[in-house]
Order: sequence, then structure tokens, then C-alpha cells
Amino acid sequence: MDPVKVIEIKKSIFEDNEVDADNLRKELKAKGVFLLNLMSSPGSGKTTTLIQTIRLLKEKLRIAVMEADIDSNVDAVKIKEATGIPSIQLHTGGMCHLDAEMTRQGLDNVDLEGLDLVILENVGNLVCPAEFDTGSCKNAMILSVPEGHDKPLKYPLMFSICDVVVINKMDVLPYFDFDLDKCKEYVHMRNPKAQVIPICAKSGEGVENFAGWLLQEVKNWKNQ
Amino acid sequence: MHELGIVFYIIRDVKKVAEENHVPLVKTVVMNIGEVSTVVPEYLTDCWRWAADKEEVLKGCELRCNILKAVTTCNACGAEYATVEHGKICPLCGSEDTVLKCGNEVEIKEIEV
Ligand SMILES: Nc1nc2c(ncn2[C@@H]2O[C@H](COP(=O)(O)OP(=O)(O)OP(=O)(O)O)[C@@H](O)[C@H]2O)c(=O)[nH]1
Ligand SMILES: [Mg+2]
Ligand SMILES: [Zn+2]
Ligand SMILES: [Zn+2]
Repeated sequence: MDPVKVIEIKKSIFEDNEVDADNLRKELKAKGVFLLNLMSSPGSGKTTTLIQTIRLLKEKLRIAVMEADIDSNVDAVKIKEATGIPSIQLHTGGMCHLDAEMTRQGLDNVDLEGLDLVILENVGNLVCPAEFDTGSCKNAMILSVPEGHDKPLKYPLMFSICDVVVINKMDVLPYFDFDLDKCKEYVHMRNPKAQVIPICAKSGEGVENFAGWLLQEVKNWKNQ
Repeated sequence: MHELGIVFYIIRDVKKVAEENHVPLVKTVVMNIGEVSTVVPEYLTDCWRWAADKEEVLKGCELRCNILKAVTTCNACGAEYATVEHGKICPLCGSEDTVLKCGNEVEIKEIEV
């Protein structure tokens, strides 16, 4: 038998991604484009919230959306039809999260010239999207009332990396034992700086608070 | 589901190292996997078999996982304790002000060629 030779590597598989993500952020900064990474479980209301938010902001900002569905273009079509803004489908090739390299490939298909804001709807999943920096300037997540107020305890990493936690489907609060105060407490245990914004994406109630936060962040990014 | 994604990153990194070292065939890849990394070693090796055999330099290559213990440090009393048994709350003083010290690693330790 041939002698076995060992080559030591000792390299985290997240390492390259962190470098890619920082580079992407620098390039976006140079172009004056803000990238928001929006995450949640499947069906929490990402697409519905985006449509309402874009309606409030599209006179103030030039916006594009990237939709990362595993295998369909339903959301990209929905956004384009409802808001008229450019929306592209990212092909994740079955991948359960987006990394900075995939985000960059998506951005290559977006005309960034003159854009202020690109919103990335990440794959519906509370676990691994939290582990992979996409190169976004800020991270937001949506937790919907039917999912329960204890999610911050079960998915601590996701809540610890988000700048904003949107609580959606507030209209169904009477039918669930969701405790908003407890939820805020749990979010702040994981991340004292996170803002918690309750909304009803269906009616649009409260969405102005999320849109206001986003508008301010885009301005800060440009003026930094 | 996540494990297949991880396998693609491992393949990318190992192929690069093999190329740099002019290695025609890698026999074993050894991983360090933290107990609370969310990676399930059995799924990882299943995904590995499927994906690695598609690569010339990794045909028949075995993936071995070393499991690393997760340890949490308590900021209140300074104790270090096993994360999997006790979770976020310090078993000595009951504080919730604790941070994970190690145990979420997903790293390629070495390869055998
Ligand atoms: N009752 C109620 N339903 C809502 C609200 N927001 C969204 N929904 C419904 O929830 C379902 C999922 O909404 P989407 O916006 O498609 O959710 P999503 O997170 O984009 O879903 P995926 O992309 O499939 O992960 C749809 O049937 C929406 O109509 C809300 O505020 N209240
Ligand atoms: Mg959607
Ligand atoms: Zn993943
Ligand atoms: Zn303690």
C-alpha cells in the first residue's frame, strides 16, 4: 500500500464567504447601493411585506428585488406585477441558503446604475441563512404570529444577526396565544439592539414603520 | 437539507488544496464538526458520498467527522460548562448571561492523500 500523506488544512468553511461578503459590501458602498437581506420561515409574509413596502417607497427610492426561491419564479412575477419595479429570480440550485458569491451572481443580472436599494428575499429557512453573510448592509427578518413568540429562543443565531424583526400577521392575534411582550423580551435577550416592528402586511397596517426604518438606513448608508 | 450545501463548500476547498499540492486522488477528508454547529454528521457523509463520487479527484474518498464538544462560558460567575447538557442557563449560578465558547465549528481539519 502507498504511504498515506496528511495535508493539514484547518480551515472553516465559512471563511471564504466572510471575505466575499465584505468585498461585496465595499463594492456596493462605492456604487451607493444599499442591499437588504430579508429572511423568514416559509410563508411568514416576505413577499406580501415587500409589495406593501415598495408601494410606500417607490417614489422616494429606486428599488430592485431579487427573489431566491428554490425552484420557481412565482414571487418574482408577483412583485413585478404588483409594483412595476424590476424583479429577478435567483437560481439557488436547490441550495437552502444564499452566500455572498450567489448574491453577487444575482446582482450581476441587475442594472445597478442609478439604483438606491436592492432587496433580497432569502430562502425561507431560519437556520442556515443566518450563518452565511450575503454581503448585505442590513439584515431583517419576519416572524409571523402563527409561528409563536418563542422562536427567538429556538433560533438564537437568526435573531442575533438581525437589525430588525418584523412581527407580521398581527390581524390573527386573537386566534393565537402569541404574546407580543414576551416575544420582544426574547428578541432582546438575543439581540438588545434589534428593533421589533409589528405589522399586518395584508392590510398594510404598521408597514410605514418598517418602510421608515428602511428609508433612514438607505440614507445613512449613502452619507456614511 | 443544509448538509448538501456544506458538502459543496468542502469539495470546492479540497479540490483547491489537491490542485495546489498536485494530488491526483484524495483518500480521506477529515472534518471538525462542533456539537452545536447544526450539521448532522450522518447526513453530511450521505451527501458526501453522492457528490464526491462525481469528482475525479475525490472518487471513493471517505469523509470522516471528528465531533468537537460544545462549551459555554458564564459571564456572571466565570464557569465553563457543557452546552448540550445545560443550554443557555449556567448550571452553577443560574445566570442567562452566557456565551458559546466553542462547538459551532465546521472546518476541514486535514486530508489524507
Ligand atoms: N392573515 C394574514 N395573512 C397574511 C399576512 N401577510 C401575508 N399573509 C398571507 O400569508 C401567505 C404567505 O405570504 P407570502 O407573502 O407569500 O409569504 P413568503 O414569506 O413570501 O412565502 P415564501 O416565499 O413561500 O416563503 C399568503 O397567503 C399571504 O396572503 C397578514 O398580515 N395577515
Ligand atoms: Mg415569498
Ligand atoms: Zn443552508
Ligand atoms: Zn454562572
